Amino acid sequence: MAVFTAPKIVSSRSEFADSHTLTRFLATGGFEGLRRALTMYPEAVAAEVDTASLLGRGGAGFPAGRKWSMLRKAPVSYLVINGDESEPATFKDHYLVEREPHQLIEGVTIAAYALQVTQAFIFLRGEFALGLERVQQAINDAYEQGALGSNIFGSGFSLDIVVHPGAGAYICGEETSLIEALEGKRGFPRIKPPFFPAAIGLYGQPTVVNNVETMANLPWIVSHGGAAFAALGLGRSTGTRLFALSGRVNNPGMFELEMAKNTFRDIIFDPALGGGIINNGQVKAFIPGGVSAPWLGPDDLDTPLGQDEVGAKATMLGSGSIVVMDQTTCAVRAAWRITKFFSRESCGQCTPCREGSGWLERIMFRLEHGGGRMEDLDLLMDLCDNIAPGLGWPPQQTTICVLGSSIPSSITSAINMFRDEFYAHVTHDGCPHD
Amino acid sequence: MTDTTRTTVSITINGRAIEAEANELIITAAERAGTYVPRFCYHPRMEPVGVCRMCLVEVDGPRGATLQPACYLRVSDGMSVTTDSEKVKKAQDGVLEFLLANHPLDCPVCDKGGECPLQDQTLAHGSGETRFIEEKRHFAKPIEIGELVLLDRERCIQCSRCTRFASEVAGDAQIDFAGRGESIEVAPFPTEPFDSIYSGNTVQICPVGALTAKPYRFTARPWDLEQVESTCTTCSVGCRVAVQSSQGRLTRVLGIDSDAVNHGWLCDKGRFAIDAIDGDETSTSVTDPRTRITEPMVRRNGELVVTSWSEALDAASTIVRASRASSFGAIGGAALTNEGAFAWERFLRGVVHTDNIDAQYGDGLDAALLQSLPRATLNDMAEACTVVVLSGDLREELPIAFLRLRDSVTKGRTNVVELVTGSSAVRSLARVSLPTRPGEAHHVAGAVAGDDSALASLGLHSQGAGFSEYELAEARRLIGTDGAGVVFVVGRSNLAEDSAIVENAVAIFARQFPKARFLPALRRSNVFGALDMGLSPGLRPGRSSAVAMARALGVAADATGRGTIEQLHALRDGTQSALLLLGGCVISNTLQRGLAEAALGAAAVIAVTGHGSASLAYADVILPSSVSHERSGTVTNLEGRVSAVFPKIVAPGSAWSDVAIASELAEMLGQSLGLDSPEHTSQTIEDSVGYPAASVMAAGASDGIVVGRDHTTTAAGTEDPMANPGLRSAELVGLSPRAGDVTARGDVPTASVPAVETRDVQIQSVPSTALADAYALQVVVSRRLYDQSAAVLGSPALADLIPHTVGMANPYDLDRLGVSTGDVVRAVGTLGSFDIEVVVNALVPRGVLEFVANTLADDGRDIVGRALAMNEAVIELRLESR
Amino acid sequence: MTYFRQDIRLRAQEVVALYPQKRSAMLPLLHLAQEHDGYLTPEGMAEVAELTGTSPAEVRGTASFYDMFHLEPVGTYVVGVCTNIACLLAGGQEMLDHAASTLGCAVGSTSADGMFTLEETECLADCNIAPCVQVNHRFVRTTTPDALDALVDDLRNGRRDEEIPAHGTLIRVRRSGGLRAPADQVANERAVAHRAREERAAQEKK
Ligand SMILES: Cc1cc2nc3c(=O)[nH]c(=O)nc-3n(C[C@H](O)[C@H](O)[C@H](O)COP(=O)(O)O)c2cc1C
Ligand code: SF4
Ligand code: FES
Repeated sequence: MAVFTAPKIVSSRSEFADSHTLTRFLATGGFEGLRRALTMYPEAVAAEVDTASLLGRGGAGFPAGRKWSMLRKAPVSYLVINGDESEPATFKDHYLVEREPHQLIEGVTIAAYALQVTQAFIFLRGEFALGLERVQQAINDAYEQGALGSNIFGSGFSLDIVVHPGAGAYICGEETSLIEALEGKRGFPRIKPPFFPAAIGLYGQPTVVNNVETMANLPWIVSHGGAAFAALGLGRSTGTRLFALSGRVNNPGMFELEMAKNTFRDIIFDPALGGGIINNGQVKAFIPGGVSAPWLGPDDLDTPLGQDEVGAKATMLGSGSIVVMDQTTCAVRAAWRITKFFSRESCGQCTPCREGSGWLERIMFRLEHGGGRMEDLDLLMDLCDNIAPGLGWPPQQTTICVLGSSIPSSITSAINMFRDEFYAHVTHDGCPHD
Repeated sequence: MTDTTRTTVSITINGRAIEAEANELIITAAERAGTYVPRFCYHPRMEPVGVCRMCLVEVDGPRGATLQPACYLRVSDGMSVTTDSEKVKKAQDGVLEFLLANHPLDCPVCDKGGECPLQDQTLAHGSGETRFIEEKRHFAKPIEIGELVLLDRERCIQCSRCTRFASEVAGDAQIDFAGRGESIEVAPFPTEPFDSIYSGNTVQICPVGALTAKPYRFTARPWDLEQVESTCTTCSVGCRVAVQSSQGRLTRVLGIDSDAVNHGWLCDKGRFAIDAIDGDETSTSVTDPRTRITEPMVRRNGELVVTSWSEALDAASTIVRASRASSFGAIGGAALTNEGAFAWERFLRGVVHTDNIDAQYGDGLDAALLQSLPRATLNDMAEACTVVVLSGDLREELPIAFLRLRDSVTKGRTNVVELVTGSSAVRSLARVSLPTRPGEAHHVAGAVAGDDSALASLGLHSQGAGFSEYELAEARRLIGTDGAGVVFVVGRSNLAEDSAIVENAVAIFARQFPKARFLPALRRSNVFGALDMGLSPGLRPGRSSAVAMARALGVAADATGRGTIEQLHALRDGTQSALLLLGGCVISNTLQRGLAEAALGAAAVIAVTGHGSASLAYADVILPSSVSHERSGTVTNLEGRVSAVFPKIVAPGSAWSDVAIASELAEMLGQSLGLDSPEHTSQTIEDSVGYPAASVMAAGASDGIVVGRDHTTTAAGTEDPMANPGLRSAELVGLSPRAGDVTARGDVPTASVPAVETRDVQIQSVPSTALADAYALQVVVSRRLYDQSAAVLGSPALADLIPHTVGMANPYDLDRLGVSTGDVVRAVGTLGSFDIEVVVNALVPRGVLEFVANTLADDGRDIVGRALAMNEAVIELRLESR
Repeated sequence: MTYFRQDIRLRAQEVVALYPQKRSAMLPLLHLAQEHDGYLTPEGMAEVAELTGTSPAEVRGTASFYDMFHLEPVGTYVVGVCTNIACLLAGGQEMLDHAASTLGCAVGSTSADGMFTLEETECLADCNIAPCVQVNHRFVRTTTPDALDALVDDLRNGRRDEEIPAHGTLIRVRRSGGLRAPADQVANERAVAHRAREERAAQEKK
């Protein structure tokens, strides 16, 4: 059974319908973290975050404190917040920007202070029209409160935050692509090395890119201390995390849970959480961390929701979004749709990604809709191998960014786990589920 | 710790240790070591982008060997690179297969078939069988993205070479990628086509048949092509080119990557003007530039009729005999080879004994002054810390010199100081722009050189100097005190003003900045060779002015002859009776068309030419000569670089070389020039004046020798077949020696050229030019790449690009005068008026009305000619509504 | 003479001033251009080129990378239905098919009356309320065919105008405070802060 002992750190106001208002924010401890941070040395604030061992919530799970420490000596830098949230089945940042926008602004201001950065940009997914308005309102409010702009709360520290609307391109969630978009260009990822944002980021300057949820944790960490945060969770997976549950469960939704203390079984079946499978069905497979992650099966349900624990299963916790498939789900159709997503969202720079995703999608389409051939399975695997040689985890790259190497995940998972279903599609000349 | 001062590092490639330059790309390090890494998007003259992923190689790193793009990753000491493992091979084959997945299988009908790197790679490495059974991506068939370039989107492999060329190299970002992922396509803006004058380069570097040139499309199959390396003679930059023909007709010109000159690039005029060489077989009128002159002609009963060589030469010699030396003269010669020019110089000075010789058309600069200046090379310019530009728009006049300068500026090597008289693309490169009103370049030059009285004379002007003290100080700071590391690019910035103004400015620069070098910006093809061969009053072959020679010999200098404009006046007035036209059309080349027509009408005219021209309407004898790509010899570019031209096709009909024509005509007059052939002439030039014509011919295809500079031999380059596909037909990928490189350059002997003496420059006084009133504009006449010259008129694809004559003015002035763009207004000068359409152009300086010489209009040339005729020095016009 | 209306032009200039480099304003300006015309017209893109110091081809190229920018006219309401994995499992494809019949236009096209454009979208990040539907990028949370029909009826009759503006209008909250501080002031403050930090670090070492 699920453990619910941890406090709500980033979704503490979720029970209030007016959680997005300044009034509610101020009534529930708003700006306390920031006020406290401003009484500390910037290094001390960063040290708290380091102590908290806060892992980045954008997908890669890199410790925020460590990322910052690489930059603190650099004289010029920008802070860029990644709110592009487009990884399929992920909807935590959507919640945070629409429902708790002031908390985000507070977190960003704390981070900027710790980094001594005076200009921050929040790159928000363009499809979040309401979120964009709410974050802009929160910025306006913060200016009015003296929590933003010149001489914040009389501390001598100044910061401006600009909300930058995206315009509909998944790849802009990739941090270097996001920087290109912020520079007004097509979202073509840059090649790392040398374009690690920490070295050559926005306008060629050292830049920190952090996820919205990562920022949302900061007010609490500063108020309660990094140690209190680190005391939650297990091992490297400290604190709590927003898990997004969707698919064939009775109660899809977003749940803030202590890291690594609960298992996939807990989140899917606990009555207070997922509430089990629709029509009392069975888990057929689930995706543990966004569609870039290889799938897991019923045998893996007892894996704890922790970074390393999931990593040990040759997949990832990624963006913390779990998609559950049940017996009614066609694995070929699911994998085809995910491949179609990658094909539509490939930026198009790299040949293996641009052409490979399109080719794979066409084959998968044929298998699902008729025209599949037995030899297509080997072809699929070989093409996947050409995109991500060896098909291991983490994948090897032939492309500039990891979108390319993520393409094979769903296809290879589906083939490895449900080869018979592919055969059935071939013999049935289309989807037997239809 | 890595030692940043070290310039080489050790790496291993496939287990073999090699030295590489620090920070070099793996791909180039490997290539020098003999390991060729396949590639598509990488181009050696552009920044790498690492997108096609064809060049993946294994590089050892902290986490074991990973696949990395060799075109993007730079070497570091101790790096271990593997290019031949199974893993690399699988990755590369995978990329190739992906590239082919959606690529159409239309090689047999594709322009690129037979010289396509993608096809070559596939033949060399592909499995031969496609596993792609799906419907391929479809786009509507070729679309026109510009006047000269077609795009077949299905063939595009998204390497971005063309879009990068457009924005990075040319600075004309008129095409860009549109769309995302699989639907990426190259696209111009709907209302703004890809009309860059460099557009043809995108066709040259496209590794597949996606971009094709309208003029070349379907004219030849690559396997029929024959090729020779030569020098482009469309302008005086002298780009290295591969000239290709098929079945006896010129089909294509491609740029060759010469470090010294053009880096592989060409302008569209140089690339596409070959149509003008072959001419149009259906065109017969001698006044039409599309007509090839193939047979000698003489005028009988007022009609030009075809005749034999002996009769034509007889008629020509009669004209020469009938006139005394002072009443005979020659105009033209810039289109000749050095050998042709040398032969005619011998004929004119040695046989006719006239000094009325001019290869310029009154729109150039004093030849002796130019020859006395310490000359800069293009590389000097590209490496200069500061380049001062006082010339017409470099992009329009010497397009590749502009690209070289742009490259240097965008890479942060060079600062540009510009004296602005008219609209110029140099503005976008300039650190400091000093507005320079017509007639005041010498004052601005003086101000830059620290002469306060010059500054004061600008200040006396009702509007004061057009620049601030700060800008002047910045210009002075950039130029320094002695001009060390500075290159001055000098040419006629305004054809409407007296050449003495720029000549004075140049003289001031030369005197004040003794360590500076000068790159003269005269644009006409081999004008520098013609001048070096003595085709200008007072000069002699070998780049030593008669004045200097006379002084050296201790004798009085010759009385100098008449230049072009003086000859035209003399012909019109009857002082001169006969004229020899050498290759060019004096009517279309001079700004004063009316004067030229009157002069030719009054004279006995012998024309030596390969093409029809307006001047031939007045010819009494026409002698057909071979032209570019039909003859061998040497030419000299603006740097003084002597390089070879080789014939690719045979001149049609019974055209002769200029050496042969001059020699035979001399024979008719009972004298011998002592020149047997072009080759013999090269030798004679070298033997008599030390000018390295024979050495250059002996070296075959090469970058040539810069006269007056120590000749350092450069190793023969290797031409990456992927960089400029098509340069050699149907080669499988593999390193090939540079196309046409027949002799190692080390064999070129250093030529001894007589030391050039710096002339005492006289600074003549030029009247100051205050504006009459606030409503008057001063006329500037400039040039554009596409004008009514024979090369453009003779090339159907280019002829459509000639602009119409308009007056261009700054938006400020149009606002002020209440004139809108497109309005036709009356321009009133002291001696008359004419109507002109006015168009806004923000690059035109305030107070200026700019015209482009030799453009299209009902009475196009006349507008400029009449404007010029209204006042000899500087013209003012008032715009009035009609 | 500018193509944009005065108010849009002013907002555009305000946006440009927010960024250290003007090209950075590209995406927000394209959204504004789309607010101006409902989609990206050549005139609008040309003006964005002028404001961002780029070429029109670069603006068009950049705009066409992003799904939210339309280079062809679209309906007053752009209806997006997600069919990505979470929504697929909740009937996203069926919802899309239903929307096509209700709106009277195929996926990717505009209804004859110019009112609706239907799009199949990728995941819109609202997967717990699936299948997810957006109208002009507003989450409408209609997960059943009937609810969708009711919504369409509302839209047709102008009952949701307040909440869902015509296509193109994205952010209606204007920035009110603190336009970007002058670059030199920021640089100054940064230098001061940096020095203070170093001094403190030095002291702590002692
Ligand atoms: C294809 C791709 C898409 C991504 N999308 C997102 C995203 O939508 N949001 C996000 O925060 N990070 C995303 N990331 C991860 C970012 O590149 C980056 O690691 C992250 O923003 C860093 O923030 P964090 O350290 O706070 O997690 C994506 C990465 C890739 C390769
Ligand atoms: S892997 Fe795909 S998305 Fe990533 S840079 Fe390459 S083409 Fe673009
Ligand atoms: S990625 Fe290296 S040549 Fe294209």
